Amino acid sequence: MNAITDGGVAAEPAAPDQEQIVAALREAVPGHCILYREEDTRPYECDGLSLYRMLPPVVVLPETEAQVQAVLRTCTRLNVPVVARGAGTGLSGGSMPHPRGVLLGLAKFNRILSIDPASASARVQPGVRNLAISEAAAPHGLYYAPDPSSQIACSIGGNVAENSGGVHCLKYGLTVHNVLRVRMVAMDGEIVELGSEALDVPGPDLLAVFVGSEGMLGVVTEVTVRLVPRPALARVVMASFDSVEAAGQAVARTIASGIIPAGLEMMDRRAVHMVEPFVRAGYDMDTEAILLCESDGTAEEVADEIERMEAVFREAGATRLQVSQSEAERLLFWAGRKNAFPAAGRVSPDYYCMDGTIPRRQLARVLSAIQQMEDEYGLRCANVFHAGDGNLHPLILFDSNKPDEVERAEKFGAAILELCVQVGGTVTGEHGVGIEKINQMCVQFSRDELDMFLAVKRAFDPLCLLNPEKVIPTLARCAEYGKMHVHAGELRFPDLPRF
Amino acid sequence: MEFVLSELCEQVMTAHAGRKPLFICGGGSKAFYGNRHRGEGDGHNRLDLTAYRGVIDYQPSELVVTVRAGTPLAEVEQLLAGQGQMLAFEPPHYGPQATVGGCVAAGLSGPRRAAAGSVRDFVLGTRLLDAQGRMLGFGGEVMKNVAGYDVSRLLTGSLGIFGAILEVSLKVAPRPLMELTLRSEATESQAIERFGQWRSRPLPVSAGAWAAAGTGGEAGELWVRLSGAEPAVRAAAQAMGGDAVDDAQAAAFWQGLREQAHPFFAARPLWRVAVPPTAAPLGLGRTLLEWGGGQRWVAADLPAQAVREAAARAGGHATLFRPADGAAAPADGVFHPLSAPVAAITRRLKQEFDPAGLFNPDRMVPGL
Repeated sequence: MNAITDGGVAAEPAAPDQEQIVAALREAVPGHCILYREEDTRPYECDGLSLYRMLPPVVVLPETEAQVQAVLRTCTRLNVPVVARGAGTGLSGGSMPHPRGVLLGLAKFNRILSIDPASASARVQPGVRNLAISEAAAPHGLYYAPDPSSQIACSIGGNVAENSGGVHCLKYGLTVHNVLRVRMVAMDGEIVELGSEALDVPGPDLLAVFVGSEGMLGVVTEVTVRLVPRPALARVVMASFDSVEAAGQAVARTIASGIIPAGLEMMDRRAVHMVEPFVRAGYDMDTEAILLCESDGTAEEVADEIERMEAVFREAGATRLQVSQSEAERLLFWAGRKNAFPAAGRVSPDYYCMDGTIPRRQLARVLSAIQQMEDEYGLRCANVFHAGDGNLHPLILFDSNKPDEVERAEKFGAAILELCVQVGGTVTGEHGVGIEKINQMCVQFSRDELDMFLAVKRAFDPLCLLNPEKVIPTLARCAEYGKMHVHAGELRFPDLPRF
Repeated sequence: MEFVLSELCEQVMTAHAGRKPLFICGGGSKAFYGNRHRGEGDGHNRLDLTAYRGVIDYQPSELVVTVRAGTPLAEVEQLLAGQGQMLAFEPPHYGPQATVGGCVAAGLSGPRRAAAGSVRDFVLGTRLLDAQGRMLGFGGEVMKNVAGYDVSRLLTGSLGIFGAILEVSLKVAPRPLMELTLRSEATESQAIERFGQWRSRPLPVSAGAWAAAGTGGEAGELWVRLSGAEPAVRAAAQAMGGDAVDDAQAAAFWQGLREQAHPFFAARPLWRVAVPPTAAPLGLGRTLLEWGGGQRWVAADLPAQAVREAAARAGGHATLFRPADGAAAPADGVFHPLSAPVAAITRRLKQEFDPAGLFNPDRMVPGL
């Protein structure tokens, strides 16, 4: 009898061993594309979340779409799980290898195939770096808008898998809003085109559900992205507030006044104190919260909007206001925010970045609860926050060499995520569930809802071989985690008749 | 549980037990859209969502509104307008009875679509009544949410084949500070070329259309709408050229496209052809361009095959949007046939969500 595990995989009793897998893959791809010695496979044991590691028995690095098809057909025949991997910068263990599977690296798919200024789109291979698209589009005055902080390294295929955001997504949208078409290979080796440059395709919107599916529905081999014209100018207002509550109020007022800033970010006192010595951006060290608010457009438009932003901030009680006077200064203001993670690495041996999203009006409540948790778990936490869209990134600082600090950090993180769900938010805004937040999925969704995710998975990957045991927890796991059917502390629709 | 909701669940469970189809409906304003099913005329098998109505939550500063499916679309838009906000995808109503549920299930977007995005780009969360009579929630009320698959966006535009959308959270946007419409003479090819030039420049274009002049021949009028802060709109208007159109006339023009009240849309049959916006004129007959050339309405009585082939050659697809009165729909349906792998995934999704085939049989794909 097959045991059903997380992510819906039906594990076969007699799994092929490394030698058998390698032998079969040699029929699918040239030998130099296959890695299986430990010194070669070790670099693939984890993604950007190094807390979770698994040495893959085999790594395969195909060079053509036909080879991807052949690899997937081979693995289907052998009933061997496949985990696709882009640049490996993910923060939720989404591309952590499977212990008896093949890790499929797409790093060699690194070509920009075409850029068409008239349709404002680019066709690229999945291993192309996010920033490389914007660099290639720059001569046409265009760029690719979603800009996760890891954009110098992360690949577009990974962005599609995670539905990545960035600091500009309030105005310009997430990956799902900026991808027109995806070409992927399904687990059975079939090539599937989702979406189109011709808008609103017939049939259900498979592209929309594919984006953000964490590599569980298909392997991306080509992406057509929408490009947007680079604004003539961007300037940023930096504002200080003497409480995070006041800063939160300022954000709400900005949005309510009809302004959609190009970027709107908040840092709390600890985050400011962490990054300032590192970046020297001139941040106000005597304040409780800093807001960075960007305006872009024509020179006239930006001048007009900056004036309105400053007025809103003053009215909301800003204690200090500073507007970038040059592009260099604008980048410096942002440098602190974008380097918050490395700065955390400088002040603490380890840090654990969380990724919940909350309705913005709950900000003060959530931050004060996090403050209390610091005492409870005996660890410090710095907060950076995509304030415009409610996406929180608490950075829990710990030292993995000290006894039980890893465990406390994980528990602290879990408590933060559960709080996010409790106040009407979600356990992950942009980093994905991966393996990291699989327990918290039991908190956010009912069993029936989780079963629907499995249903979607089966529709794309009937054998459940693609990135199995991620994202969707099993019944057993949720029961063990003790949160089964309990949503925000109560049973959902307790009075609903069921059969 | 609320009476209306328990009635709806009850109806689904009864249909499920008796293996009877259910036709989900709101106000019926988009009943013409999609394929017909022979059993549809019978009023007993309608799952009517109109009684499940009302705004659940509206937080202007969070840019989100959550409503029940039966809420009239007009009511929601009026509520948003009161706070200086709007549904940026400018959904067509096609009648005062249009509901939010119907708007999301049909997945149609208006003139601003190419600039702002489509309905699905603004759907943040849904509550679904599934084939077993269960209520399932996906997504939520926050803008960034990658917990689990984005089932809400999969449901958007799925014409009810996976279940009935009960509630939906939509992202809203501030109304532009200023709008200005410019009109100029152009042939269809000139219009396509100009839209292409504007697309790669930082101009606040929020809609672009072209319609043939009434005189026949190649002559036509290009309409472009600018939306944004006044200095940006004024500077762009200066750079782009064309005659500024009086506000009332401009509003009537865009409304005429959005609601298909423009005289062009009286034609039957009416095809919707979507192509990459830079595609050359299709030469299929009387044409009206929207979305900067990305959506092309064709009023010509041609065999479905001819329109579909022309669309496919240009890299797009064609929908028989409004068939000729009394004419039989193509045997394979009004929508462009799906590629084999997409059709296979669609069938498996239907099998998973609605194994008994209760909801809206044939509506999207004949036989599904």
